[in-house]
Amino acid sequence: MLSRRTLITTLLAAALSSPAFAAEPLKVGFVYVGPIGDAGWTHAHDLGRKAMEKALPGQIKSTYVESVPEGADAERVIRQLAAAGNTLIFTTSFGYMNQTQKVAQAFPNVKFAHATGYKTAKNVAIYNPKTYEGAYMLGVIAGGMTKSDTLGFVGSFPIPEVIRNINAYTLGAQSVNPKIKTKVVWVNSWYDPAKERQAAETLIAQGADVLAQNTDSPAVVQTAQEKGKYAMGWDTDMAKFGPKAQLTASTINWGGYYTRAAKATLDKSWKSDSVDWGIKDGMVALSPLNPVVPKPLAAKFDAKKALFASGKFHSFTGPIVDQAGKTMVAAGQVLPQKGVDTMNWYVKGVEGSIPK
Amino acid sequence: MFQLETRPVPSATMRLLSPLIAALLMLASGFVLFTLLGQPALKAFYVFFVQPLTTLYGVGEWLLKATPLLLCSLGLLIAYRANVWNIGAEGQLVMGAIAGGGVALAFPDVSASWLMPAMLVAGVAGGMAWAALPALLRTRFHTNEILVSLMLVYVAGLGLRFLVNGPWRDPEGFNFPQSRMFHEAAILPLLHPEMRVTVAGVLALMLVGLIWLFLSKSWLGFRLTVAGQAPAAARYAGFGERRNVWIAMLISGGFAGLAGVAEVAGPLGQLQPSVSPGYGFAAIIVAFVGRLNPLGALLASLLMSLLYLGGETAQMELGLPAAITGLFQGLLLFYLLAADLFIHYRVRRSERAPAAVLKEATR
Repeated sequence: MLSRRTLITTLLAAALSSPAFAAEPLKVGFVYVGPIGDAGWTHAHDLGRKAMEKALPGQIKSTYVESVPEGADAERVIRQLAAAGNTLIFTTSFGYMNQTQKVAQAFPNVKFAHATGYKTAKNVAIYNPKTYEGAYMLGVIAGGMTKSDTLGFVGSFPIPEVIRNINAYTLGAQSVNPKIKTKVVWVNSWYDPAKERQAAETLIAQGADVLAQNTDSPAVVQTAQEKGKYAMGWDTDMAKFGPKAQLTASTINWGGYYTRAAKATLDKSWKSDSVDWGIKDGMVALSPLNPVVPKPLAAKFDAKKALFASGKFHSFTGPIVDQAGKTMVAAGQVLPQKGVDTMNWYVKGVEGSIPK
Repeated sequence: MFQLETRPVPSATMRLLSPLIAALLMLASGFVLFTLLGQPALKAFYVFFVQPLTTLYGVGEWLLKATPLLLCSLGLLIAYRANVWNIGAEGQLVMGAIAGGGVALAFPDVSASWLMPAMLVAGVAGGMAWAALPALLRTRFHTNEILVSLMLVYVAGLGLRFLVNGPWRDPEGFNFPQSRMFHEAAILPLLHPEMRVTVAGVLALMLVGLIWLFLSKSWLGFRLTVAGQAPAAARYAGFGERRNVWIAMLISGGFAGLAGVAEVAGPLGQLQPSVSPGYGFAAIIVAFVGRLNPLGALLASLLMSLLYLGGETAQMELGLPAAITGLFQGLLLFYLLAADLFIHYRVRRSERAPAAVLKEATR
């Protein structure tokens, strides 16, 4: 096999140094944290990978490895993708951050892009969807549809990325109904359908009638469908798992970013950067509303969405107070990005405390 | 109808051969499977079982992944021989990681040579302490150690989560739940600069020899084995059951703890919300595939590790789904259990009507 590796390296060196490079398809690798399945985070990434292949026909050959645990195993997978001649590698979960950095140091000519992290390097870019914009929009619908004024949220891990979605969901709901309370149940996993289902049942038992989640399976939507409650799709449209339950879904379109990065690698203009894209950039999108949503609420939803799309509105626009009533963002102000990135407090209306 | 009948004497040769038979049957099923998936089977076998080991780095990864499996299974096989069912090696591994990692985090400025031994000792002690709980509850209150040790796995996981979310969280880590990276003195030296496997791999190999000596030459090892195989004889000989439970739990806990600290002081280099992708549970399979024998555990851990690596290369090279790894592991265990069944029992055609058999069986 040594000979094969040498062959690949030689080919690669030859390709990089000759103008014939454009003729060779660019090898792009993906590391997925879960199974591709048919909904959720990893499924959305795989749709993005396919969109990229479609946008650049014949110029790309992509490979993926699914269900790679965050930890020591990830480093080997990333490294092997690099050693196998992939010149652009996307590592699609937060827990791959340090491993991506380590492998990037060993392969300075390979470009890496790490999703949802905060460490960049000369050959490591980062990209983040503003899921909190989608969460805010879900909140607008939830706040208008709840009868008990109580929303439920199934959280994965209590990290800033998730906490700010809970806050945005609550703020969106309070924008149409100030009495909103949000109950949170943590499942400490990105993907665990059984636990997600249990959490959804707990929330419903506590009076929540519109649920949302930051986990990857459609279990919450399915549970809501069975119990006659409402729920929201997350990362991908989940209407087929609960056509009556799903009011709308906050989806992520990774395809645009993947195509841009692949194009830049092909024409050698790739640079390490940090991308935060939301509704305005088309990375975060919302699925069609369920017909049960009344017209006036749908109009409010569309107006808010247009504000996000024009870039004139931010999910964390003051006044925002925390649970204790302390002002965190003054009226008319917008929370600075650093505050968004490190958020570890709940807004007023969210019940319970962040697990420490 | 068919009936299972106990063999008077199970064949000793077949008992040793059954893992080999199981492995061969697993390969045969794999052949059918690859063919059905539209892959040329020989190439798929090459990609799965040979290609991962064709580079120095690959061999390092093979040993790296086998190390925690081997360490945990070495401890477990002693416990299982003594008829003590420690299912909680995963939790004891996590406690070892917490205790050893805690030492590293407590002395961030120390680069003295005592730090690493102290971490290892703390790791072993952490695993032992966690295994002591089910031992205490079983010897004092006759609780079932299977349940207690299993449930403590989740308690240990939550404890680790608490620490990396709270007191041990990296202050420069944007609130993300992980400790800061360990400093150099708190990282185990690598065996070779091109590999990620650390000296823990060599330590595990040495322990294989030590456990073999312990089981075959020492009085204590003999006592534990007798207690497992013939509890009544052991009682008659005056071997106290309590002591056996304690020794079996402490040894297996200590080994799992060592595996845990070797992971955080090795490839991880920090404490994370999850420090093991289930090594403690996979080690149970390793211990049984290895026939509760230290040398067998070595071979079985290498095979299990290769199945993980092969699953990854099969995804990269052939586009096969990730489930293929779990499938091969499941097949291996299934065939092993089936082979064992036929070693201990034989199938006989029964002339009696099923109802009569049932009556007899329920009598």
